[in-house]
Amino acid sequence: MGHEPIRSLELRGITKRFPGILACDHIDLSVGEHSVRALVGENGAGKTTLMNILMGLYQPDEGRILINGRDVRFRSPNDAFDHGIGMVHQHFMLVQNMTVAENVALGMKSSHRSFRLDIAAVRKRILEVSERHELPVNPDALVWQLSVGEQQRVELVKTLCLGARFLILDEPTSALTPQETDELISLLQKMSSELSIVFISHKLHEVKALSDTVSILRRGKIVFEGRTENHSPADLAALMTGHEVELPRVDSGSAARGGAPGLLSIRELRVKGDRGNLALDGVSLEIAPGEIVGLAGVSGNGQRELAEALNGLRPVESGSIRLDGAELAGGSAGDVIREGMGYIPEDRNTEGIVPSFSVKENLVLKDIGGKEWSAGGFLRLGAIADNAKALRERFDIRCPSTDTAAGSLSGGNIQKVILARELARGPKALVAVYPTRGLDMGAEEFIHKQLLARRSEGVAILLISEELEEIMNLSDRIAVIYKGAILKVVPGKDATKRSLGLLMAGVADE
Amino acid sequence: MNAGSFVLNILILGVPFSVALLLAALGETINQRAGIFNLGCEGIMAMGAFVAFLPPFFLAGTPLAGSANLIGLALAIGVGALLGVLFALVVVTFRAPQGIAGIGLQMLGWGAAGTLFRHYVGGVTGVPGIQPVPVPGLSRIPILGKVLFNHNPLVYIAFLLVPVFWYLLFKTPWGLKVRAVGTYPRAADSLGIRVSRVRYQALALGGAMAGLAGAYLSLAQAKMFADDLIAGRGFIAVALVYFGRWNPVGVMGGALLFSLAQALQLSIQVAGINFPYEFAVMLPYVLVIVVLALVRKAKMVGPTELGKPFDREQRI
Amino acid sequence: MNRTGKLAYNAAVVIAAAAAAMGIGAIVLAAVGADIFKAYAVILTEPLKDMIGLTEIVVRAVPLSLIAMGIAIAFRSGILNIGAEGQMLMGILASSATAIACASLPKPVLIPLAILAGAAGGAAWGGIAGALKARLGVNEILSTVMLNYIAAQFYTFLLRGPLMDPEELLTGSGTPQTVRMPRSAWLDRLLPGTRLHSGVFIALGLAVVVFLLLWRTSTGFRMRAAGAEAKAARYAGVKVQRYLVLAMLLSGAFAGMAGAVEILGVHRRAIEGVSGGYGFTGIVVALFGGLHPAGIIPASLFFGLLLLGADMTQRLADVPANMVLVLQGAIILAIVSARQFMSNPYVQDKVARACAKMFRRPPPPAPPGSIEACPDPSDSVDPCLVGEDSAVGDSSAVGDNPAAGEGSVKKRGTR
Repeated sequence: MGHEPIRSLELRGITKRFPGILACDHIDLSVGEHSVRALVGENGAGKTTLMNILMGLYQPDEGRILINGRDVRFRSPNDAFDHGIGMVHQHFMLVQNMTVAENVALGMKSSHRSFRLDIAAVRKRILEVSERHELPVNPDALVWQLSVGEQQRVELVKTLCLGARFLILDEPTSALTPQETDELISLLQKMSSELSIVFISHKLHEVKALSDTVSILRRGKIVFEGRTENHSPADLAALMTGHEVELPRVDSGSAARGGAPGLLSIRELRVKGDRGNLALDGVSLEIAPGEIVGLAGVSGNGQRELAEALNGLRPVESGSIRLDGAELAGGSAGDVIREGMGYIPEDRNTEGIVPSFSVKENLVLKDIGGKEWSAGGFLRLGAIADNAKALRERFDIRCPSTDTAAGSLSGGNIQKVILARELARGPKALVAVYPTRGLDMGAEEFIHKQLLARRSEGVAILLISEELEEIMNLSDRIAVIYKGAILKVVPGKDATKRSLGLLMAGVADE
Repeated sequence: MNAGSFVLNILILGVPFSVALLLAALGETINQRAGIFNLGCEGIMAMGAFVAFLPPFFLAGTPLAGSANLIGLALAIGVGALLGVLFALVVVTFRAPQGIAGIGLQMLGWGAAGTLFRHYVGGVTGVPGIQPVPVPGLSRIPILGKVLFNHNPLVYIAFLLVPVFWYLLFKTPWGLKVRAVGTYPRAADSLGIRVSRVRYQALALGGAMAGLAGAYLSLAQAKMFADDLIAGRGFIAVALVYFGRWNPVGVMGGALLFSLAQALQLSIQVAGINFPYEFAVMLPYVLVIVVLALVRKAKMVGPTELGKPFDREQRI
Repeated sequence: MNRTGKLAYNAAVVIAAAAAAMGIGAIVLAAVGADIFKAYAVILTEPLKDMIGLTEIVVRAVPLSLIAMGIAIAFRSGILNIGAEGQMLMGILASSATAIACASLPKPVLIPLAILAGAAGGAAWGGIAGALKARLGVNEILSTVMLNYIAAQFYTFLLRGPLMDPEELLTGSGTPQTVRMPRSAWLDRLLPGTRLHSGVFIALGLAVVVFLLLWRTSTGFRMRAAGAEAKAARYAGVKVQRYLVLAMLLSGAFAGMAGAVEILGVHRRAIEGVSGGYGFTGIVVALFGGLHPAGIIPASLFFGLLLLGADMTQRLADVPANMVLVLQGAIILAIVSARQFMSNPYVQDKVARACAKMFRRPPPPAPPGSIEACPDPSDSVDPCLVGEDSAVGDSSAVGDNPAAGEGSVKKRGTR
């Protein structure tokens, strides 16, 4: 504040290095007044880094930032706020155990009296902003009690309260249902008449719907710039990935299963969540051998608890989980593993691998006590090394050597290590949670192919994902989870984004 | 001795016993709210106790003897803050793991206090220390006056600091920042708050409080210095912060609970009840373990990022 | 950075850390008005000048290495055992009580029995902290520290009461100590005129055992996995809580054995002040030795030297022996600070670029298109960081049942 409004903002030759990575490579970008600029690219293309530089969170190694043609230097986000730039981060920057007002006050320096926090002024400002932009929020609510959609709103209000006229939105729709996404987009369209917006996304239909111009980033470089209306999503996708990508699709044929007892059979499962609530309230699902069932739903509706309960990581209150006839409910993680369950967990860095362990150690993590890898309690180092060599080849794990710490590999290769371990065990069923989150398209394609190959070998696969595209491409049937229960199961070939979106929002009949 | 005076004795003893724990735990509350787990508290208290003891020891008989206690307190606060900053250098700037670094600081402070004490003082020597100042009027209230209003000034100050620290944490901008950097430093950072700076400040304040707590022990409670003067109170203070759920008022309750247990133990010995001395001394330590085992964690209370270093440029 | 650069860099960090530790020590030395160089010279060289000195170093290194190996087992398994001091005392009590009670047994039976009793005593004491952590999420640092104080009181109680040498009561000197051990429980002295005893071989043998356990068995594999990333270990079917308790039992057992060996080899009766801070020095030795037996053995010799040298400074340089505590504390702080510079690629990168800037060389270009090879610094978990994590775990885990809580929505860090 106290600065003239931004009529033009220009980034020139911005370069930022991280160890081993050139995150931004001489990027030029300019944004005018009252326009929406989409910044598109795959994960790791450098979009977020670039915007963090604009916010003063990172210092660029080279390059300049110009506002209205004059050089500026942002040493901290405060400098960016002063110029009226604000950012809604992909992962909400909200302190969970504070109220909405306190979260806003944190950034609102005008409320910081020397010995007193002027929370009343903050509350007033919040109400002003939320009224003006039709963004209802309760200033006194504790953040952790709010839903994801509400938190998203709080983030917007917070940014506007701090005086932002130039708004950066980093993948703002990633946690929203299709309907919530539509609402947000129409809201942003309204706001664009008085604000400038940079919209970061890799969802191309949103880009089409919202933006005037689009810039595509690939591996730290701007590879394309142009007006959005002149290009189809397919064009943009090809530009984003650098090649035509045709992700594999399931050929579910005519075999409409369902109802028949499956290889993996879940009946009336009840499981408590972390806060003692019933996170799963009577989930039933049958997965036949050679079938992929996709579990769609807004995150936080019990997906995590289901995956954990299936794998013996969360106690089951009631109900049953049967894998090939064996009861898993009440068993330990070790029991479930021994029964032949494979699991690709959500957080690959802390759940899937032990990062400081070598690749070869991680590849035998689950069966280290078994006869194959140990004899009389002592490790069979030779066998472990041979196993690693073979799997490295088979799954195309790119690592300097199998003695390298697994945590130092890229996300895609870490996922391949996990996949190799799980699939080499010859599982009867596989639970895959967000298996391609944050990976580039090459790795995504590889993993999809592997899942489909397992399907044709007769493995029962539960695919949990928040990418509807992924679920629709791979699933024989799609189950929609809402508030801890399966709302509906639909055949994969009949599903549309719209119908799934409604189900995800809890609307069962249409 | 009748039961009434026995209980009264425990109360009269217990209130001043709680002060060292309370002061240190208030400081540790700020540390932990800012996300730093400072186990070096014990060592800082030892240094505080030692430096506070020096002026009354050396200035006895000089014209400055009258203000020796004040100089001692100021020294303890200063040295405590300095050690807090040293700890901040290690765990905030160098991002060292806090648990083990705290043990290092504890050994450092403890060792330095012992070394300097042996060299400058030698043996156990008493000092006049800080004398009780009854609060005019209030100290005459029957029973209550003796329990609450007939102590040395540091006792009153310590208990007055409880609401002060509560206000500081929950009603001031700085407190807001402290809570934010301890819970979600990345969010604080995204709003232009200098996470490291806030953590340095919190550790300096926490260190100062630990230094003051040590000074209370050597100047007001024991009126002397010895190697084992602190006797684990720094660690107990850390435990009290959990017990008090990172809230100054809860911390005060914990400090009183412990000091009353200690007073009970002393009273039992004084009363000549046949109970092995060593078991009586064990009591507070056993109590810590019991308390830690019983305290249940409530979600969404307190600093959830406790113990984790922060680096903005680390892309996680 | 290339290989030589990296080597030089690491060397520079080590030198800087050593200098920082000695610098902190120098401040205290200056404060007591000592000749700093002389004091350091005394500490580091005086014990090496005669046979007594050399053997005494080894005598101190024996319990230190045993304790440090126990601590390394615990740290590697993700639990910070600060309670070696108390575990050692409990080991001494169990061992001496056994030796005195079974005095009639022949030597080849009694010595192993007494040492195993010591191990059991220490294991029991360590196991308490392990079980409290595993079952109730009690912070193990706080519980082990408290157990140290409790053990110290219990030790004194027994030495002044039930276990006290009856002769002390008769002659009236009242020294709190037990009767002398039967000769059949004594560990042999190796060199006449010195206290060097056969416990050395026990320590060396156990070093091999620890190495085999941690790096060559499936049990050790699981313990290390639990310590390096408890969540991943749990997801892989490892019963993390069970291995935590096992680690604390073993860790305590090593401290207990250290106590037993010290009593049977050196003092030949339980007296006060045996532990003499070995439990805390053991932590430094374990860290200094890189939590690996091959490092711990030399580290224990170095700290044996330091302890002995510090005893001599009182006489030769007028510096109180407490000085060694200052050095140990400073060394811990220096080691944990230096780790960051050694293991974190981001910090290394920053330093490299700062250097490049200083010498006006362009920064090393990142290989093109190397976005894939993003090392995640949060993954450079070393055992010490794990310790820290567990210290933290408790912040959130005091009273939280880790079995149910750990795999929950709590996100580690942020992305």
